[in-house]
Amino acid sequence: MDEKLFEYAPAPESRSVVDIKPAYGLFIDGEWVDGSGEDRNKTIDPSNEEPLAEIAVATAEDVDRAVAAARRAHEKVWGPMPGRERAKYLYRIARIIQERSRELAVLESIDNGKPIRESRDVDVPLVAAHFFYYAGWADKLGHAGFGANPRSLGVAGQVIPWNFPLMMLAWKIAPALATGNTVVLKPAETTPLTALLFAEICQQAELPNGVVNIVTGAGGTGRLLVGHDGIDKVAFTGSTEVGKEIARAVAGTRKRLTLELGGKAANIVFDDAPLDQAVEGIVNAIFFNQGHVCCAGSRLLVQESVAGELLDRLKRRMATLRVGDPLDKNTDIGAINSGEQLAKIRELADSGEDEGAERWSPPCELPQRGFWFAPTVFTGVAQSHRIAREEIFGPVLSVLTFRTPDEAIEKANNTPYGLSAGVWTEKGSRILWAAERLRAGVVWANTFNKFDPASPFGGYKESGFGREGGRHGLEAYLDV
Amino acid sequence: MPTGAELRAFLHGLPGVDQVGADERAARLGARSIKTTAKARAIDLAISMVDLTTLEGADTAGKVRALCAKAVRPDPAQPDAPKVGAVCVYPDLVEVAVDALQGSGIGVASVATAFPAGRAPLEAKLADTRAAVAAGASEIDMVIDRGAFLAGDYLKVHEEIVETRRACGDAHLKVILETGELRTYDNVRRASWLAMRAGADFIKTSTGKISPAATLPVTMIMLEAVRDFRDATGRTVGVKPAGGIRTTKDAIKYLVMVNEVAGPDWLTPDLFRLGASSLLNDLLMQRRKLATGVYSGPDHFTLD
Repeated sequence: MDEKLFEYAPAPESRSVVDIKPAYGLFIDGEWVDGSGEDRNKTIDPSNEEPLAEIAVATAEDVDRAVAAARRAHEKVWGPMPGRERAKYLYRIARIIQERSRELAVLESIDNGKPIRESRDVDVPLVAAHFFYYAGWADKLGHAGFGANPRSLGVAGQVIPWNFPLMMLAWKIAPALATGNTVVLKPAETTPLTALLFAEICQQAELPNGVVNIVTGAGGTGRLLVGHDGIDKVAFTGSTEVGKEIARAVAGTRKRLTLELGGKAANIVFDDAPLDQAVEGIVNAIFFNQGHVCCAGSRLLVQESVAGELLDRLKRRMATLRVGDPLDKNTDIGAINSGEQLAKIRELADSGEDEGAERWSPPCELPQRGFWFAPTVFTGVAQSHRIAREEIFGPVLSVLTFRTPDEAIEKANNTPYGLSAGVWTEKGSRILWAAERLRAGVVWANTFNKFDPASPFGGYKESGFGREGGRHGLEAYLDV
Repeated sequence: MPTGAELRAFLHGLPGVDQVGADERAARLGARSIKTTAKARAIDLAISMVDLTTLEGADTAGKVRALCAKAVRPDPAQPDAPKVGAVCVYPDLVEVAVDALQGSGIGVASVATAFPAGRAPLEAKLADTRAAVAAGASEIDMVIDRGAFLAGDYLKVHEEIVETRRACGDAHLKVILETGELRTYDNVRRASWLAMRAGADFIKTSTGKISPAATLPVTMIMLEAVRDFRDATGRTVGVKPAGGIRTTKDAIKYLVMVNEVAGPDWLTPDLFRLGASSLLNDLLMQRRKLATGVYSGPDHFTLD
């Protein structure tokens, strides 16, 4: 039968639900204000490199104003407000996110490059769920195990990455607000648009002025925020390199710090694994969100006795991945978020070839414009190769093999990172055995990249410290 | 012929199926968005794959003749609509159907082997099969002995399929697993391999008499089985989900699954069928909607 017989026709989600303004200011004290500086960033659509909007770059003066507004709001309104009242605002925000979910999903895909299937089915539902979940805690903090009446910290300075712009915002803002803190948040340079739409949602929810402030900009603005004397808490998600810089900047100050950094997660497939589901799990572990996932299963550790069969299945499956227009509902892999990130992925992938690993990608046509990288798997990878040690943050999988369960655990733990890990086996006792030994904040069994607001998330070693999500996530924002 | 112990070792040595993961994958495939030209092609393909079925105690020669007329010309208003894959009836009505379909190129499938329960002596099952073949059935839809399968007597199931295969002669053999009674996905995978090893030309989900009948995850596991069986043996076996597929949307989900799990090789009525009755009119309605831009009411499509 003709292979083209069942070629899926384009099924694009409409862009008309979003209204992108030509330029955006800063959201400070409940209002839109122009930045005090002249500098502007352009945010672009990574799938075609078209400019989307001009974004203000917040200066020291702007950050000052935002922190001052947050301080006032904490002292006068949000801090003293009973938890049950704070909860109402959080519930309201959660409901508005659900009501405007399509708009948020489309905007996220346009600004970030991720497929609409993911922004629609994963990101935005999890964002709403996170606000609902922490709304529920706001009036029950006395029962969270941190004393009878735990106090908020004050003003939180939060810096978030570009891979899950809205979801990282929710992970930061929802627990901070539920516990009575106010926030100044800096979204990533390349993906500010959904955070700015979230500011609009705060207005729509009639959140008191100054409780949430959004300052845009690049690394410079982030440094100003993290180094500001007026904040009590720094929360950062991003690269280990920047995380270390922040830890140095914050050391010796009164500021509390939580860091959620990079990863090089091992996804371990034992010979008794459910192979077809393991293949899906591998795909979901490394190709979800173009591999721009700090907890991505970027190192596949497969038992040598099933390696050949598993890789055959994986390659066949990879050939059905659809790379292209992020707004097409059938797209599985969207655009790489920036030219800079694409260069980094290329550099590391090339090093894999140079160091002797075997590179494979399914035949796939990449669009001419925009930033694209085909899903790639490296076999014959050794622990000493760069692609087995360094975080690539792209759709590139390194495959290593092991002979015995002990060897699998040793190899999995042999990394400076420790954010997540996966275990694939039909044997329940082996799952528990492995989970006990893996030095990773999250261990997934027979699944991967599953998130839930009730489940704490965070790292070991150079993947950071502090937990986000669940009851544990409250601790980072309470004076305990 | 393998021994019972060999069969058991083989079937229990197949990789397991993780139910949560399988359900998730099936749901995700079901979320593909098939529009415009792709939808039009999918509808025609689905029509050509329909095994138009009547399996009622109340079936008569008149009812079967009417069904056959519908099979040949599904939509009188749209003569370019493809004809269906086959007509599926009980053995005693095969002759009527063969007569009615003379020269149409549409085959007659007959259920057999004491359908639907399969609770009869082997001799009775084989007689049932031979009668259907003698009356002109080109395809036989047999049921496996679920009791024997669940009791672990794989050899008995295997032998019955082999015997029925022999009784079929040149007719194609579809083996109904009745997945709604096997319950677990591990059982579905094992039963699929058992049937294929015993000589099935097709593996089929359900009789349509048990709920749940065909589901997307069960069909996916069977598609994985035929794909892996071809890799292992070189022989290509078809898949037929049956029962509970009523809408075009459902049918397209199945085609997407065939395309992405087993591969485009299976996108032909020779290797994929949809056992259904009411599905056909929904396919025709959607087909006319695509052609004309407006929906015609159900009265614009013939009942049979």
